[in-house]
Amino acid sequence: MQRKLTLGLASGVLAALLMVSSSVSAQKSATEDIAKYREMIADGNPSELYEAAGEELWKKPAGPKNATLEKCDLGLGPGVVKGAAAQLPRYFKDTNKVQDLESRLMTCMQKLQGRDPQEMVDAPFQKGPKKDMEAIVAYVVTLSKGDKIKVSTNHPKEKEMYELGKRAFFFQGGPMDFSCASCHAEDGKRIRLQDLPNITTQKGAALGWGYWPAYRVSSGQFWTMQQRLNDCFRQQRFPFPIYGSDLTMALSMYMAKNANGGTVETPGLKR
Amino acid sequence: MNMKNMKSLLAISSFALAAIAMQGSVIAQQVNDPKFNKLIKDGFKADGIAGLDRIDQDATQKFCSDPVFSISKQGEKMREKIQKINMDSIKQPSDGKYIGDWKKGEAIAQSGRGSTWTDKADTPIGGGCYNCHQIDPKEISYGNIGPSLTGYAKLRGNSQEIVTYTWNRINNSKAYNACSNMPRFAHFKLLTEQQMQDVMALLLDPASPVNQ
Amino acid sequence: MADPMRVRAAENGGIVDVKILMKHDMESGQRKDAAGKTIPAWFISTINVKANGKDVLNGQFGPAVSKDPFLNFKYKGAKGDKIVVSWVDSKGDKRTDEATAS
Repeated sequence: MQRKLTLGLASGVLAALLMVSSSVSAQKSATEDIAKYREMIADGNPSELYEAAGEELWKKPAGPKNATLEKCDLGLGPGVVKGAAAQLPRYFKDTNKVQDLESRLMTCMQKLQGRDPQEMVDAPFQKGPKKDMEAIVAYVVTLSKGDKIKVSTNHPKEKEMYELGKRAFFFQGGPMDFSCASCHAEDGKRIRLQDLPNITTQKGAALGWGYWPAYRVSSGQFWTMQQRLNDCFRQQRFPFPIYGSDLTMALSMYMAKNANGGTVETPGLKR
Repeated sequence: MNMKNMKSLLAISSFALAAIAMQGSVIAQQVNDPKFNKLIKDGFKADGIAGLDRIDQDATQKFCSDPVFSISKQGEKMREKIQKINMDSIKQPSDGKYIGDWKKGEAIAQSGRGSTWTDKADTPIGGGCYNCHQIDPKEISYGNIGPSLTGYAKLRGNSQEIVTYTWNRINNSKAYNACSNMPRFAHFKLLTEQQMQDVMALLLDPASPVNQ
Repeated sequence: MADPMRVRAAENGGIVDVKILMKHDMESGQRKDAAGKTIPAWFISTINVKANGKDVLNGQFGPAVSKDPFLNFKYKGAKGDKIVVSWVDSKGDKRTDEATAS
């Protein structure tokens, strides 16, 4: 009787373990399969199409001044594109502010080409002047691919932006009380099957900051970092973040500095 | 330097030292920063149903936006205060019914729609529950920001105490945990009473797939 | 002419590995826009790849192929092969791009 009970108990426990492990492995194999899919498509990143278009736009005269962007100073000197994106955001003396890539490109478009930055700010993503911006961003970030993320907070305005960005990261609002931190301040978390990098740590920040801008397969679009931030705020049920605002500079500064030492993997390829 | 000066010097420096020592162990709330307030105010514009009122923080949001103070020992009193404010705002169901239809509850748990600036005012809002929780074990696409709810009633039973607790949790999770990550579904009118009764059924109905 | 393709070809041990990235919306004709109207079908119908003037691939795409298609295939060839890729879409629009096998 004892033997039968023990045997029954043992096989019951085994069956329970198998059931648990099969649901756990169903879970694990789903995330593993998604990783395999990503490996398979990594070769044909449509970002390259945007990059090619962006390189052309960089060299094409445009705007009322009919000038190219070839003298644009992205922080390493006029016309130096290689390695520039890896060091953004940074403080710029001529505008006396901390700027990310898109903000700086708007400055160059205004100063060199005479284009109105407000038009760029007001345009919806993926349309009109923003289409040009997306292509140029793809081109510029490609020329930092493989570099180390190296953002400075030496200048007092850079340091200030970092601290403001940190506070903004934890700012809760909207009808769901979400902040960036609601999703991005803990290790090992995911929404549904989407892993969430912990942006308060170097490793997590590098996974986020180092992989955007990216081509997003699910929408068939190339998203710049500003668009990625914009859609985060949308899902947090916040009002609409203004394109290129100091708020977005501050948050970018916070993420980029945290990511320092990581590798620039942009343009990325996302689900 | 004469004796009198020495004494006052000593007094001042020991006071200063004590103040510094105290400062080290005192965690205070974040100070109000006009520069930060301006950053936020100038950072957003209203769009669709998402108005600028959404960045006006209430007491709970203000408190929980401070990651250091909100979890500190010094923050305990405030945590309890916040929890009480949230608990006091919870209303029990107007028709006295706690359990609705689990099939509808599952649909509500699956939907993450509504309330964004691309949604309309009449877009049905979902609970988005699977974003953070495991619920029906057959559903493998679930998040882990919140604990698993599989076997919810099987593990806890269906006593009135559990039923009321669950109702309260869904209505306003911050009644129990001041800075819970879970949205306050009733407080912000994200889910209707009927929707919450249906989600209750998903968790508590013995026939629900959650409890098989 | 439509948006340019990215064509890369690398030869190794007598086999040329060709990778082509095409820019095209590839609308199936099944999707509806935000207003509820059906977005008309518009997709690459045929694709042809020649190496040194000789066909090495002919394909019939269609509404089942998704946006910005990526095509990867191998053929027996040599370094220096001139590879020409052409496609025609359902509206009659065309695109041709070239590469040299390295």
